[in-house]
Amino acid sequence: MLSYTIRRLLSVIPVMLVVSIIVFLLVHLTPGNPAFIILGEDASPEAIAQLEKQLGLNEPLYIQFFDWIKQVMTGDLGTSVYSAQPVTELIFGNFGPTISLMVLSLLFILVISIPLAILIVSLRKTILDPLFTNASLLGVSIPEFWLAILLVLVFGVTFPIFPVAGYMPLAEGFGPWIYHLLLPAFVLALVEIGIIARMLRDSMLDSVNQDYTKTARAKGVRERDVLMKHVFSNALIPTTTVLGATVAGLLGGTVIIETLFTIPGIGQLLIDSIHRRDYPVIQGVVLFIAAIYVLVNLIVDLLYAFLDPRIRYD
Amino acid sequence: MMSKKRNIIALTIFLLVALATITANLWLPVSPAAIDANQRLLAPSGTHWFGTDDFGRDIFARVIVAARVSLAVGVIVAVVATVIGTLLGLVSGYFRKTDFILMRIVDGFLAFPALLLALALVAALGGSITNIVIALTIAFFPVMARVVRSAVLQIKNAQYIEAARTTGTNNVVIIFRYILPNVLSPIIVQSTFIFAKAILAEAALSFLGVGVNPSTPTWGNMLQESQIYITIAPWFSIFPGIAIVITVLSLNILGDGLRDAFDPHSVKKKRKRKPKQTAPAA
Amino acid sequence: MLEVNNLHVHLDTPAGLVKAVDGVSFRLEAGQTIGIVGESGSGKSVLAHSLTKLNPEPPATYPKGEILFEGENILTMDKKRLRNLRGKEIAMIFQDPMSSLNPVFRIGRQLMEAIQTHQKLPKKEARQKAIELLIDVGIPDPERRMQDYPHQFSGGMRQRVLIAIALAARPKLLIADEPTTALDVTIQAQIIELLKSIQKKYGTSIIMITHDLGVVANLADRILVMYAGKIVESGSTADIFYDTAMPYTWSLLRSIPRLDAGASERLLHIEGHPPNLIHPPKGCNFHPRCPFARDACLQTDPPLAERGTNHMAACILTKPEFDKEKRAVAERKGVLLS
Repeated sequence: MLSYTIRRLLSVIPVMLVVSIIVFLLVHLTPGNPAFIILGEDASPEAIAQLEKQLGLNEPLYIQFFDWIKQVMTGDLGTSVYSAQPVTELIFGNFGPTISLMVLSLLFILVISIPLAILIVSLRKTILDPLFTNASLLGVSIPEFWLAILLVLVFGVTFPIFPVAGYMPLAEGFGPWIYHLLLPAFVLALVEIGIIARMLRDSMLDSVNQDYTKTARAKGVRERDVLMKHVFSNALIPTTTVLGATVAGLLGGTVIIETLFTIPGIGQLLIDSIHRRDYPVIQGVVLFIAAIYVLVNLIVDLLYAFLDPRIRYD
Repeated sequence: MMSKKRNIIALTIFLLVALATITANLWLPVSPAAIDANQRLLAPSGTHWFGTDDFGRDIFARVIVAARVSLAVGVIVAVVATVIGTLLGLVSGYFRKTDFILMRIVDGFLAFPALLLALALVAALGGSITNIVIALTIAFFPVMARVVRSAVLQIKNAQYIEAARTTGTNNVVIIFRYILPNVLSPIIVQSTFIFAKAILAEAALSFLGVGVNPSTPTWGNMLQESQIYITIAPWFSIFPGIAIVITVLSLNILGDGLRDAFDPHSVKKKRKRKPKQTAPAA
Repeated sequence: MLEVNNLHVHLDTPAGLVKAVDGVSFRLEAGQTIGIVGESGSGKSVLAHSLTKLNPEPPATYPKGEILFEGENILTMDKKRLRNLRGKEIAMIFQDPMSSLNPVFRIGRQLMEAIQTHQKLPKKEARQKAIELLIDVGIPDPERRMQDYPHQFSGGMRQRVLIAIALAARPKLLIADEPTTALDVTIQAQIIELLKSIQKKYGTSIIMITHDLGVVANLADRILVMYAGKIVESGSTADIFYDTAMPYTWSLLRSIPRLDAGASERLLHIEGHPPNLIHPPKGCNFHPRCPFARDACLQTDPPLAERGTNHMAACILTKPEFDKEKRAVAERKGVLLS
């Protein structure tokens, strides 16, 4: 386990290197002079020269990269061209709503998909199973934003139970906070619920037919315990591998959901910055989200190793 | 069996959507671009099956025509991402020396949620159809590379490939003649899923206002436009969304069906459960 | 103690209905060991699983027959009674020790689960009992090994653990489904010796399922030979080995590797495949592969008939006819050798 952990930790380095190269190059993909694009067509040549110098655009590319990386390593992601605020400040200022949304979503996913999969597996000889398989396929075929629009229509307009926009920080109290988040978090979770439940169902059905399940039955263990203890604990291991992808889906989804529900998170910050061509902020947010994703994948892999004694004791 | 019927229905629906949009000019009774200020936001009726939008244009005609961009983006992204991903996967899986470098690069791309990477790239490149195709291709090829690489690794040491190698067959010939045909099934399955995901992603980008030029009818653009009319003209939002769901669902069903049909693992497992399935007596 | 009467087990597969067990009857007395022998696909494993209704349903169904365990029909038992029977009265060990233990639970937990399912024991006592069981099956350093996971054991050791699990509730009957097939030859012998000593120590009845007559030769009191879902010969071990009355049994015997065989005597395997049980051949199931088949074999499927005391066989050949055929084979070989 120790050597596995070390190896896994070290593998983060090349990944983050590639990630930072990609993020760095983003600005240089823009057609034409970035300074031009940032300041607009009718900017004065002095202003452009000033910005070029500020962004170091006159240096060779690799020098620019190393300068940028050096900055990033010290926690400096540059300043917003639009608001002149440090990018890190903007990100952390907007991170609260995003993390709230994601945690609540993840909670929805776990609380719904696990019992759902167990129910489906224990009733596998009924019509419920093919119904569920098709429903989970339908789930991954629905655009999140469209589903959000429909739910807003139903729960915000026709039956105005939930607020359809806005965000209350946790500091304002738990009630208002969760009340504003329930609908967006549920929309965000819905697609992933289908994916996780399907994965867990498939793994459990696989495990149901394994020899060790037969051994448990031959011992006289009751079917409920066979399913909940033997089958479930084995099915959990392959299911953890898709948890990383789930978080990726949530990170991508927050951009859409935050825009739709006007939640001031980093997703909305990103979209606003794209419209403002505020490249330092775009770079900062994208790098930040990628770093979170890499970290989540690291945790998931270590969790996987921890759950599987064949890796843990190796 | 039931699942077989399901696959045929899915394929039929998908082909119908494709056919309808390709031949749209021949049979659409109204132009999707015909503006009529007196006919704004009309509910669905006999003349306007899906109602009209905020410019009085026929939503049904627009939904049909919008499929062109969505399907075209989906097809091109699926094909290009498949070709690039497959080549990378083949090389990476077959040549040990390049494997480490290539896979670290692929891992780097995989470290971004796909939609976010596409969003950032479109933001940098600008929102034309070509740039969306480029951005989505970059977002989706790494998964393909991973899938192909692991498929190659599984069969690389098979006896017929060892045999080809020991007889001095050229590596390129081995890769394309012996390995590629044997990893085709996961490639086909994966490309179907990329097709589906690309349609969803294009719609999402357009919806976020960073996608295809808003004047071009695409499903995402229509949903973006319709958003503010959701309370007074819900049909404006509902029909383009249904079009996306139907198209993407049929692709996902096809991908799922292909996976089941190709998967030797599941077949073997089924065999194991019926122990009497031996060859008939000679 | 166990009486199987005219048991039929069908498997409803997409390819068609498989009559995996087709009218099998036998009796097992307390303390006795029976060997059930046949090739893979003969239905012996389905039969073994039927004895505690462990075949997955679907595809398995039990359209006809009964399995009486101490007078009670297992096939019609309710779930609760069946659970009480499994492990406590009848225990089972399986072919593949690699996959038969749960990979994510410690050995101790799996062993204690078997103990506590049938006995209300405090954890401490159950643990003590688990350790005793491990000692019983010959696992060194049992206290430490309780903490280990299955992958930390060798194949032979895992099979010992599975035997310990099977013995946890002191069952009256132990069903072993090819317990040595997945193991090395030397380990095979050790496991057989272990089963023998258990039988001697506790008087447990054993049903040993195997494709290898050699495995049951010095373990079983009686042997049932299965082919295509039916018993084609049954008798005492001596009858089966020295008074063979069915060509299939004879072919199986000739496929046993023998240490005393001369270098020139080649190991024989039976030509052809076991029959397709969805569309079984007409007449005797074995005739397409039988070296002594004659026209009549295509017409009639011979029933099991008495050949001696408690010795039955399903073949139209009489003893003299069969002996003549066997002599002919021996002579032909003699010609070849000289």
